Amino acid sequence: MNLNLLLLIPLLTLAALFAVRDAAKVRWISLAGMGIQLAASVVLLFMYMAQRSAGIATQLLFESSTMWYESWNIQYHIGVDAVAVAMILLTSVVMVSGVLVSWNIQKQVKEFYIYLILLGLGAYGFFIANDLFTMFLFFELAVIPKYLLISIWGSGKKEFNAMKLVLILMFGSSLVLAGILGTYYQTTIVGGNPSWDLITIGSLDIPLHAQQVLFPLLFVGFAVLSAMFPFHTWAPDGHSSAPTAGSMFLAGISMKLGGYGCLRVASWLFPEGARFYSPYIIVLATIGIFYGAFVTLRQKDIKMMNAYSSVSHCGFVLLGIGMLTQTAMTGAVLQMVSHGVMTALFFGVIGMVYERTHTRMSDELGGLLKVMPFIGTCFILAGLTSLGLPGLSGFVAEMTVFVGAWQVNEIFYRTATVLACMSIVVTAVYILRASGLAMMGPIHNKSYVSLPDATWNEKLAASILIIPIVIIGSAPFWLSDMVNSSMGTWMAGLLTQAH
Amino acid sequence: MDLTGMISLLAPEVLLTAMLVGLLLLKIFAEQIKPGKTLTLVSILFFAATVLALFMRSNASLFGGMFITSPIIGIEKAILLMATFIISLQAFQWLSKFRNYIEFYMLLVSILLGMFIMISAGHFLTFYLGLEMATIPLAALAAFDTEKPRSSEAGMKLILSSAFSSGVLLMGISFIYGTCGTLYFDEVHSLYTGGALQLAGFVFLVAGFAFKISVVPFHLWTADVYEGSPVAVTAFLSVVSKGASVFIFMGTLYKVFGMINGSWVYILCILAVATMVIGNLFAIRQQNIKRFLAFSSITQAGYILVGITSGSIQGTASVVYFMLVYLFSNLAAFTVVGVIADKTGKENISDYNGLYKTNPKLSVAMMLAMFSLAGIPPTAGFFGKWFLLASGMTTGIFTLIVIASLNLVVSLYYYLRVVKAMFVDENEMPVEYIRSSNASRMGLIICTTAIVLTGFFSFIYQYIYSFSTGIQ
Repeated sequence: MNLNLLLLIPLLTLAALFAVRDAAKVRWISLAGMGIQLAASVVLLFMYMAQRSAGIATQLLFESSTMWYESWNIQYHIGVDAVAVAMILLTSVVMVSGVLVSWNIQKQVKEFYIYLILLGLGAYGFFIANDLFTMFLFFELAVIPKYLLISIWGSGKKEFNAMKLVLILMFGSSLVLAGILGTYYQTTIVGGNPSWDLITIGSLDIPLHAQQVLFPLLFVGFAVLSAMFPFHTWAPDGHSSAPTAGSMFLAGISMKLGGYGCLRVASWLFPEGARFYSPYIIVLATIGIFYGAFVTLRQKDIKMMNAYSSVSHCGFVLLGIGMLTQTAMTGAVLQMVSHGVMTALFFGVIGMVYERTHTRMSDELGGLLKVMPFIGTCFILAGLTSLGLPGLSGFVAEMTVFVGAWQVNEIFYRTATVLACMSIVVTAVYILRASGLAMMGPIHNKSYVSLPDATWNEKLAASILIIPIVIIGSAPFWLSDMVNSSMGTWMAGLLTQAH
Repeated sequence: MDLTGMISLLAPEVLLTAMLVGLLLLKIFAEQIKPGKTLTLVSILFFAATVLALFMRSNASLFGGMFITSPIIGIEKAILLMATFIISLQAFQWLSKFRNYIEFYMLLVSILLGMFIMISAGHFLTFYLGLEMATIPLAALAAFDTEKPRSSEAGMKLILSSAFSSGVLLMGISFIYGTCGTLYFDEVHSLYTGGALQLAGFVFLVAGFAFKISVVPFHLWTADVYEGSPVAVTAFLSVVSKGASVFIFMGTLYKVFGMINGSWVYILCILAVATMVIGNLFAIRQQNIKRFLAFSSITQAGYILVGITSGSIQGTASVVYFMLVYLFSNLAAFTVVGVIADKTGKENISDYNGLYKTNPKLSVAMMLAMFSLAGIPPTAGFFGKWFLLASGMTTGIFTLIVIASLNLVVSLYYYLRVVKAMFVDENEMPVEYIRSSNASRMGLIICTTAIVLTGFFSFIYQYIYSFSTGIQ
């Protein structure tokens, strides 16, 4: 499969969107484009699995490389491994669902979908790219449209929050930029030739002192997107102000760009740096997990609640990466996928509730399960995934992270693992309380009785997200094996020397 | 060398001189000619000169080594001509109201001629001659809008600060002459040992250049002059005038002072950091869009200095490439500012509130320009910034790169402010729908297309790279 297809489809969709004016056509074109993209992603998954089971063991599949800027040795190098395939699939699912939940937007419909699909384009490009230049290009492309999405279609203190979000994310990406340029310099010193290619740089022996400078720049730069403590403050504000599809993209995909970058760029290129800084990552991740969980306890606004819980959940991703064991890193990837669909579903459902009740305060809601059974069920399902109920994807992911983390036989790492495990109890508290208050019990507000249940587009949007949750939750091994073997190939250098 | 050979090497200069004479004759004999016709004529000639300069493939020196031409100098001239071409398009609507509009073009052409001589200089005298030939008409241009006191004020400020900086430059040149006994670039290069007096001369020279490129702490004239001048002149100052100074600055550093690059790298680093930081901090506070663009252009000069520190072939190529990209981005912004200022007289950022509702095309062009200036992909500015910083990295001064990339975040804030005004902010009385003239529309189309596409076509950079030279 030619991976350029994954960029071509959104580009063609964008071109078609430019051409039409009518709002209904805009919606259908976006849905068609993203639907085809989803189909392409599924095809990619099956082709990937077929190729792997046929015994092709190269690091990347469907690779292609074109020289772009010859004097800099910048190549347009694309290719995917299991992690990228999983991320692409996640992006496609969330994008289709995002298009569907935004069906009722009335203000500047065309612009809304253009920005949303631009964001998606950035994410796809980032996941298929394998050279630092192309990667960074798409990475930044996935930041700026967020500003417009939040500040035009958002709610609350949207302009301030949008600016805050974009500046903090761009701060992260400026660290990444500096890190990449430093890496490039090291390739000219160590390898003799300038190189931006991930695989080439990974095979170079970059000296420890350079790794100690470059690893934190790249890791922190990417982890800002994953809302690593103390750079997490953009997340709750940005999420709570964003329009529904914006929050879904932010939490579902954009935070994964960070985790993927930490894994694929920072840890892969600088294994010794990763080992050196691993305790610091663990400390920050654990703080993020705990702090996020406890702040979530205090939230009455259900969107704020999910935003803070994202901080906590993304902490597991960083924890998994910081543990530097193959299982924990596989767990981190599973957590990215699981959290991506789960949080997208949660934000989607919260958006549906808000559209009907015009409040997001859990104590003002109540008994919604009776009036809107579909939305209520989805809400509870998302909550249960979030707290890690067995049978749903959250359990699989968190379990893998914990098992992998426990493999590190050192008191410090074990303590962190135990602490992180304990946060699940806190998660259960806020999820169950919010579900109880908002969905069950008596209907406080009489005007809610006549509220309609989900429309066809909302049902479709939620179902598309629920399917992967259930599939991964009940039959996780195809995914975890696929990711695990890729992780083994990628991280061989890192893991043999770890601990 | 025979005459035809000489003329072929001097083709852009000869064409510009012919234009100058032609415009003069036009002024005398055909004053009733319609502005539109003049514009068409001038545009075609500018365009022809651009193409001509672009394909100057010979390395040669004329007049006993006082005038040098090479392919990269040809490319630099083509960039300046291209910018002037777009400026003449964008200025047309505003200009056609003036009775003496032909003088505007004459001044423009004579400035360009001076700059070409300056860029091609192989001797400090030709360099100085070209510089002054460019500077004095520039001040006249800044004061072109004679009905506005601010315009005359801008012209006065420009001529005074230019005179001062020229004085400083001359001081530096005389020190160098005193110690080397010659003013030829290549001879100074071989005689330059880095003694105390020579270094003092060098420092004066750098200060003089820093004035022209508006590098902090020599930037104080910039904002006032930019604000007071007519929009087209501000655009010219910020792109062409700055570009020419950057080219010759880089040229002298590499050709004449290449031996002591160990010392000037650090001078440039300090200047670059100061320029980026101060330019950024002041740009945040600006309300007037022209002042805002003035400080933004100061910041951009800081990034250009980062590229110059490199001293490598990549350094030259990326600076020239960045100027090309910067030309399109900045001129797109100035065209929008010019169209709006011309129709409504509004020049504040808050006047742009809600512009997207009434003028979507202008807003999108402005947004692209802002993102390109901020270095956001996929605009050309991203590629330009990347190459500048990457070539700055070749010296191994990593701190400089970290500071530069952090500054990118700060600059994004104020570029986003303009985008926010246009796309997000509500306004009871937005600027009404403006039908821009065909000329400025054409300028905008050229700029925006270039902003979107330049980066993806790597042959543009490769073409510049193939003719670049580093420190000699």
